[in-house]
Amino acid sequence: MQSDIEQKIRQFITDDFLFRVDRTSVSDAESLLEAGLIDSTGVLELVEFLQNEFGVVVDDAEMVPENLDSISRIAAYIKWKTA
Amino acid sequence: MENRIVMRVEQFLQDSSHRFPTKIAVVAGDRRLTFKEIDEASDRLAAVLRRHGVTRGDRVVIFMDNRWEAVVSIFAVLKAGAVFSPINPSTKADKLAYLLKNCRAAALITLDSLLSVARDAMAEAPSVKLAVVVGAADKPALAGGIRFEDALAGPGAAPMPDAAGVDLDLAMLIYTSGSTGFPKGVMMTHRNIVAAATSITTYLENTPDDITLNVLPISFDYGLYQVLMAMQVGATLVLEKSFAFPQAILNKIAAEKVTGLPLVPTMAAILLQMKDLRPGAYPHIRYITNTAAALPPAHITRLQELFPRTRLYSMYGVTECKRCTYLPPGELANRPGSVGIAIPGTEAYVVDDAGQRVPAGTVGELVIRGPHVMQGYWEDPAATDRALRPGPCAGEKLLHTGDLFRADEEGFLYFVARKDDIIKTRGEKVSPKEIENVLYALAGVREAAVIGVPDAILGMAIKAVVVSSNASLQARDVIRHCAMHLEEFMIPKFVEFRDALPKTDSGKINRRQIDAQSLEAAE
Repeated sequence: MQSDIEQKIRQFITDDFLFRVDRTSVSDAESLLEAGLIDSTGVLELVEFLQNEFGVVVDDAEMVPENLDSISRIAAYIKWKTA
Repeated sequence: MENRIVMRVEQFLQDSSHRFPTKIAVVAGDRRLTFKEIDEASDRLAAVLRRHGVTRGDRVVIFMDNRWEAVVSIFAVLKAGAVFSPINPSTKADKLAYLLKNCRAAALITLDSLLSVARDAMAEAPSVKLAVVVGAADKPALAGGIRFEDALAGPGAAPMPDAAGVDLDLAMLIYTSGSTGFPKGVMMTHRNIVAAATSITTYLENTPDDITLNVLPISFDYGLYQVLMAMQVGATLVLEKSFAFPQAILNKIAAEKVTGLPLVPTMAAILLQMKDLRPGAYPHIRYITNTAAALPPAHITRLQELFPRTRLYSMYGVTECKRCTYLPPGELANRPGSVGIAIPGTEAYVVDDAGQRVPAGTVGELVIRGPHVMQGYWEDPAATDRALRPGPCAGEKLLHTGDLFRADEEGFLYFVARKDDIIKTRGEKVSPKEIENVLYALAGVREAAVIGVPDAILGMAIKAVVVSSNASLQARDVIRHCAMHLEEFMIPKFVEFRDALPKTDSGKINRRQIDAQSLEAAE
């Protein structure tokens, strides 16, 4: 079962990125970069969303694929930030 | 090897392999390859291309992202005596088919993950006899194709006869957006590329000690030349696929002790948004280059604060001659808005409509003379005649850039505007017409115009202005449709619906008026 955090992230990615590419779904583990879902401006939009939605401050050093390149990685990162 | 004349681009790699066999040439992800490894791998792939019927002068399309296999592919095509054409990996099947047919490509080198796009395109392009596929080592053999890994595993190749060609032969076809909406293939000979690369590495003062980090696509000449120039001087090239995670790139810059960083204004804008970037944190960066569009003066100042030991080069170029001008870094403080002077060994000046040189301060078209000027557009004599016109010497072709410039009293050049409607976004040239053609193919779109709107990150963002006969058509439908047919950088960021579009007296849609209206609305 997906957590509330994962659902919110998935919703944002579906609403803001998915319609820009020729596909209808993305899996939790899939690399958003490899899937062509985010580029450099997309990452900035994603970070803004995370900061507004979850009240976290994303440090530059944390803006790396290990934290932000898939729905599960983003969710794990947010859980760690809000723990 | 002594006293060899460097005439052809593959000699860049061969000579560096001879001088520095065990030195690292390419770092790509976890892979580190020496000059000798790249040289031998490209020999083997060249032999396979030859065996499968690729001959001198044939066009071979390289359709992949930034990876070491792309470097091997470029040199393999040249060693086979053929002409390479790098294509952006986000290109969709219908456009790829157009390009393959336009140049009547004999072969395609691509990735397993792009194979479905490539297959659809190849089905329409009967000239393509061979596909070489990277990353399919564990897949069943492809019908009519070979695995890149198999090509490299073959026996050591017999040396290619050096007589495969001379420097007058075509080396590269690189496609650029045209105002008609159909891309044009810029024809570059070996001599053109050797001249451009030699000139640029001269003013950048590149040496074998340099380590350049390139994240720009190799389908874009600015990214491609990072590959060619590193191989020429025997420098190390760090290849990255994306700037989406700038911190990851900065970490790589630190880990590899990068000395050269080519940027476009969009990347500079993203770097400058980073909160934790400390002045002087990357003292090993010897130079940063910028081209494609001018950096705002505030960004120049900020970059100099953050990289106090780094020389910053403002440059300007068109695909048709690779690079036109550069501003010597010492001049940046005095003339931050200038893109400088002609690159070494070439000439750049401003002319009026009659082709006469104009005095300082007068706006006119920038023209370029030199050994880096293209041979013309592939099989498009009309467009070629507009761009290449008779020059001062008998038989010479003078390149008309289509860009309006002025010079100051000391001869330093300033970009004023483009003469056509081409939009520069993320450093790439985009033809509004090409996007409009795609928009018209969407059911319900009655009229469409594409304009550029100023954007702090993108330079210009693409905006589609649409008259729809389908009330349920929404912005995201338009964007999704564009995403299915256009490369990523061409997809509109904004969509505006209107009841009607302004027209010229002759009944054509008046893009310039829409542009002006859009600017007024933003103020």
